[in-house]
Amino acid sequence: MRREIPLIITFVCGITMIVQFFIPHEPFGSMKSYFQQSYMIIAAFAMILGICNLTKLHVNKIRYKRPHWGYSIVLLAGLAGMTIPGLFVGAIKEGGIFDFLFKNVHVPMQSTMFSLLAFFVASASYRAFRARTLDAALLLVAGFIVMLGRAPIGDAMTSFLPEGGQMSDVANWIMAVPNTAGQRAIMMGAGLGVVATSLRVILGIERSYLGGD
Amino acid sequence: MAPEAKSGIVDRLRNIDRRIIFIFVAASVVIPLMFPLGLPLKSSPPSRALFQEIESLQRGSVVLMAFDYDPATEVELGPMSLAILKHCFRKGHKVVGLALWPQGAGLARATFSEAGSDYNVKYGVDYVNLGFKAGGLVVIDSLGKSFHESFPKDVDGTPLEDLPLMKNINTYADIDFVMSMSAGDPGLPFWIMMAQGRYGKKVGGGCTAVSAPMLYPYYPNQLVGLLGGMKGAAEYELLVGEKGAATKGMDAQSIAHALIVLFVIIGNIFYFVGKRRAKRGGGVI
Repeated sequence: MRREIPLIITFVCGITMIVQFFIPHEPFGSMKSYFQQSYMIIAAFAMILGICNLTKLHVNKIRYKRPHWGYSIVLLAGLAGMTIPGLFVGAIKEGGIFDFLFKNVHVPMQSTMFSLLAFFVASASYRAFRARTLDAALLLVAGFIVMLGRAPIGDAMTSFLPEGGQMSDVANWIMAVPNTAGQRAIMMGAGLGVVATSLRVILGIERSYLGGD
Repeated sequence: MAPEAKSGIVDRLRNIDRRIIFIFVAASVVIPLMFPLGLPLKSSPPSRALFQEIESLQRGSVVLMAFDYDPATEVELGPMSLAILKHCFRKGHKVVGLALWPQGAGLARATFSEAGSDYNVKYGVDYVNLGFKAGGLVVIDSLGKSFHESFPKDVDGTPLEDLPLMKNINTYADIDFVMSMSAGDPGLPFWIMMAQGRYGKKVGGGCTAVSAPMLYPYYPNQLVGLLGGMKGAAEYELLVGEKGAATKGMDAQSIAHALIVLFVIIGNIFYFVGKRRAKRGGGVI
């Protein structure tokens, strides 16, 4: 029954959500609403579960002095430092401790982490982007045009050309025509894949989400 | 110069210490920020379309704005959110903010405060921040039934009934335009799927530069306008007539992009030089 009950729940929920899309009347309307509320509650609990799991993982790392366990102390201190003020000291209201930490610690740190990507992209581009084949060369040239065209320097470099033929115009064309054509093909393929996988899950053919083979 | 010496230089440059590249990148960003070049900027069709859509809304229209991003992408999406909010407030539109990303609610609060400080707008009357709700696509769909059920309270815990703006807003029928400032999933594609596809609302928004190519297929039929990355934000600042952080960052982005292109070209030159040398010497590259 440990496998059958989740399969039945999945089947009923899946079929109900499909049916209500085509027949948005009672009882399907109420059922959809009930499932949506349940989903949002489960999603919220999933975040709590994630926090508990993260805490457990790092507490164990510190307890058994696993490699780099010192970072786990920093992580748990950060977690407690944001959670305690958020829950108990002035909540998340503007001007509170949480708000102060969010604006002055969390935001700058996360922005900094993300901005470091620029350095690695530059280093990787120097070493890895090679025009080994004609396809790769075309990709590189398109990349150059879009990179320069998506910044004012592209137009500054091609300012001698008439309006409509400058770098940003060519970059916009690449984005709007070849890129859109390719993306649409990918999206249609992915969409069909989603339909097929969803049906497999609803009908109980695909069971990997249950944790088994 | 002896061939050995030549090949030594090529090898050294091919395997250049990455810290030297990092210094160049840092300089390409910092120097233009300190000494702006003032490169001219022009707007792209998707940015102009979004601007026109907000411009054409009647005074007092209700705009739903989702802050679906976190601090990692704040540099790109923050300035565009600010420019759009200023535009909405200037035109007298009402704005309902919410977030499908946990940190989005805090970023929305800061952006509303900054945009509101320049205009005579009041919280609860001209704009509200509903905060974060977990669930992504399902939250978007549930708003079609009731905003009040999905978000019983705003970000500060005030019941929605106590906010004058929310008294007459309960479903998408009460919203004139939907926008998402989107850093990924959940984000703009979900709003297009539900708010546009299912509830027939006009949807526009902004995204990071890296995700812009994925959203172009929706423009202009399902997505009325799109701001892509910091360039999109700078274009919107240009259209609104208020230079902000994105415009300031354009020179730095220009030089950094040019530098990366230059690195790729140099890297390829050394690659082909090395390949030719290996061919002559019978080696492998």
